[in-house]
Amino acid sequence: MLSTVATILMIIVGLSMLYILYRTIKGQPIERRYVFLYIALAISLPLLMQKTAPVPVTRDVMKLVDALNELPPGSKVLAAFDYDPPSAPELQPMGVAFMKFAFKHDLQVIIMGLWPQGPQQANQAILEAMKDPEIAAKNLQYGVDYVNLGFQSGNEFVIQSMGSNFKRMFPKDDRLIPYDSLPIMNSVTNFSNIDFVFNLSSGKPGTVEWVQIAVDRFGAKCGAGNTAVQAPQVYPYLRTGQLTGLLGGMSGGAEFEKALDEEGKASTFIFSQMISHATVIAFILIGNVAFFMSRKKKKQ
Amino acid sequence: MRREIPLLITSIAGLVFAISYFIPHWPFGESESIFGDWITIVQSFAIWLGALNLLKVSFEKIYRKRKDSLYAGVIIFCLVATLIIGFYDGFSGLMQEPEVSFRAPGTHFDWVFVYIYTPLSSTMFAMLAFFVASASYRAFRARNFEATLLLIAAFFVMGGRVPLFDLPLLKLGISDVPYFSLFADWIMSYPLTGGMTAIMIGIALGIMSSSLRIILGIERSHVGGA
Amino acid sequence: MNKKYTSCSLLLCSLFLTVFLLSFSPVSAQTEQEIIDSVNTIVSQQLEKEKSPAPPTEVEAVDKPNDGGGAVLINWTISDDGADIKGYIISRSESEQGPFHDISESVQGSDSYTDNKAIQGVTYYYQVKSYKDILDLNNEIQRITSPTVSTGPVVSTAQWFNTDRAWCLFFVLIISAAIIIFIEKAKKGSSVYVRKIAGIDAVDEAVGRATEMGRKIFYIPGIQDMNDVQTIAGIAILGRVGQLAATYETWLEVPVSKSLVMVTARETLKEAYTQVGRPDSFQEAQVHYLTDDQFGYAAAIDGMVVREKPATIFYMGAFFAESLILAETGNAAGAIQIAGTAMPSQLPFFVASCDYTLIGEELFAASAYLSKEPRQLGSLKGQDVGKAIFMAAIILGVIFETFGIWNLSQIFLVK
Repeated sequence: MLSTVATILMIIVGLSMLYILYRTIKGQPIERRYVFLYIALAISLPLLMQKTAPVPVTRDVMKLVDALNELPPGSKVLAAFDYDPPSAPELQPMGVAFMKFAFKHDLQVIIMGLWPQGPQQANQAILEAMKDPEIAAKNLQYGVDYVNLGFQSGNEFVIQSMGSNFKRMFPKDDRLIPYDSLPIMNSVTNFSNIDFVFNLSSGKPGTVEWVQIAVDRFGAKCGAGNTAVQAPQVYPYLRTGQLTGLLGGMSGGAEFEKALDEEGKASTFIFSQMISHATVIAFILIGNVAFFMSRKKKKQ
Repeated sequence: MRREIPLLITSIAGLVFAISYFIPHWPFGESESIFGDWITIVQSFAIWLGALNLLKVSFEKIYRKRKDSLYAGVIIFCLVATLIIGFYDGFSGLMQEPEVSFRAPGTHFDWVFVYIYTPLSSTMFAMLAFFVASASYRAFRARNFEATLLLIAAFFVMGGRVPLFDLPLLKLGISDVPYFSLFADWIMSYPLTGGMTAIMIGIALGIMSSSLRIILGIERSHVGGA
Repeated sequence: MNKKYTSCSLLLCSLFLTVFLLSFSPVSAQTEQEIIDSVNTIVSQQLEKEKSPAPPTEVEAVDKPNDGGGAVLINWTISDDGADIKGYIISRSESEQGPFHDISESVQGSDSYTDNKAIQGVTYYYQVKSYKDILDLNNEIQRITSPTVSTGPVVSTAQWFNTDRAWCLFFVLIISAAIIIFIEKAKKGSSVYVRKIAGIDAVDEAVGRATEMGRKIFYIPGIQDMNDVQTIAGIAILGRVGQLAATYETWLEVPVSKSLVMVTARETLKEAYTQVGRPDSFQEAQVHYLTDDQFGYAAAIDGMVVREKPATIFYMGAFFAESLILAETGNAAGAIQIAGTAMPSQLPFFVASCDYTLIGEELFAASAYLSKEPRQLGSLKGQDVGKAIFMAAIILGVIFETFGIWNLSQIFLVK
């Protein structure tokens, strides 16, 4: 019922954009606040329509998935959650999908954060992943199969220090358990004992710092997920091979979920994002019509 | 001396950092970690400096009954309340066996984080969607050849990064290949990466030149110099 | 090994017992033979499973190159048994005769391990063996290991130069030398031409506009701390803007997101006001801290912009996703906006919403440009030499790589 109402409303919204185009041609362009209103409708109504869209998995996402699939069971993966709640809608689905994959494939996950709220985001991702019956049946042990080392201040200097010794930066984990009492950390001294680094980042310190320090200086292998705003800055590292795969924004998250066969929130949100993109494109076209109309007027 | 000592510290630290990249032997190899520890300590203490300044400015606003004093009151209340909740959870966590962190799921602090901080911050970030739309509406106009190229690229990237343009092709069975997605991916991978790399090389050189000016003490505006 | 023999004996006993019992039971000879065959199969399968895996070969321990000491790199060629092997056990001793203690386990497919717990100057011997886990007849996991392969002695040492970074040092030295040479030349009076930077030339106009309108100027130095060069560049420009604001007697406000930036900005501004002869006009409240939180900071500034409607806003430093939130609000408030950042992903947002934008390196050049000091301008010239080297390398690289003449990119690879 709700879905039908939302669909009808969406059609009305679409048709009303034709009226805006007509007004613009007539030389009466709309104010900024109407753009805001249309964007709000274009984002929220599709969420109620409960539709999904087919997402083709792009090369950069596939590279990351291939690298993860190559990790044999028991491999140690360092998961750096370098973001806070504002970026969670984009990055959290990636975190959940990654956790599910890691736990199902018996990878040993070491979590940390260079952002104060990162480890808490990781805890939420773990709780979400644990709801999966296949993972719940494994009865994974904290400190043995996974650990959350918590937050450490110092930005990129933390990565630098971890290059010589993890324990130096994380003498205790997020639950205040001493480093030496964590069985998972017994054979981990620094990056040379880590098989893969997975970074979720929405700014600095983030993927760029992990690439420049952990990858370039200490030889770690790193894949990342970034917000759509941040992703273009990371592309050059992808082409040079310093970064093994990249998930960019919500679409990257949806592709990641599809490739791992772990459909989650990103797959649901992508339809909403698609409609909002269509609305922005429509407004760009309307903006150009307004521009040409005003130029024509000036010429006259 | 007020200016010379900071400049000297900057020069020494800058040089040692640069050298340690090439010399892994002690003491250079360790120096970055040592300086890193110092920075962490100084930054941790500096948080108090900022918090106290915020309190001072806010109290002043209330005392002088400025027009924004209501907001200042909200700031003081939120700051003090979060501090008290954090300290309460921290100390009660220390008393428990085994110790429980104030950030652990289920604590009051975690409640504040999940149900107050998270929605507030997410709201601010979500505003980006509206501003992107209004900025695009204003900025992407075919004013000249370059702007038209930018407009066309934006059109294909926005439609190709989501299955907007590919959906009709796939649904109507016209093609199995997501051409628009591949084209958007190509734009992101090559023209965009090329441009970004060029800007980044310029930035890297700019950073190098600035760093040299700072290390040599030529640039001293940041320590209040001419 | 005892467990292995026990399970084998158990299997054989069960076989004899089955045959013994079958001899009394009224089953046909054919069925009897089938049961014996199936038991035989189980026994042979179990014996096959319990065979030791193949050991790794070519085990070699070397001092980890290009490090500060305290690490030994152990390499081996992975065992033939492939899929059966679960991983490798690495053990270490200070004597060739042992005793060897297990120090780590590596996963299947790995062919090296770095022992980071080695002490510099101590001689070590290493052993590597492969292992596999099987389920015995009681359904319990049994670990079966291969014979060990020894290597050593090896001593960990610290190196005085990281040879992997030789090319990097070469270019750093060349570019640094160029910068220093041009600084020296400029000091001696040689003239330096610097192209016009529109954003910087507009600073005077922007400050003047605020004076005419009798409104405030906001200066936002980004959301990074003083250890970011962009913040330092932003603070350097603040000094110049401060001098202008002090001269025109316009209120300049600097809301910051980091405490150390607050302290530095205050010192800079105080000095700027003093230099133009108006030390009394400076007030500490001009520079104030808001919050370290990215979007909390953006929200606070947006609120200030909407309420106070500043005439001019400068954004100079490192910005992230908050850039557009700030710049669009400023744009809606009708402020003249000048931005400068070296965050490539935020440049499009500033370009769309601000009147002038300093792109990347222009932010770092701005302070030198504003100061008009020959030594600072000289460094910009040196920077251009670096740019010329990079452009030449890119052109040569494209030509060589396209025609497959010479693998240039691999030569300059910095590890």
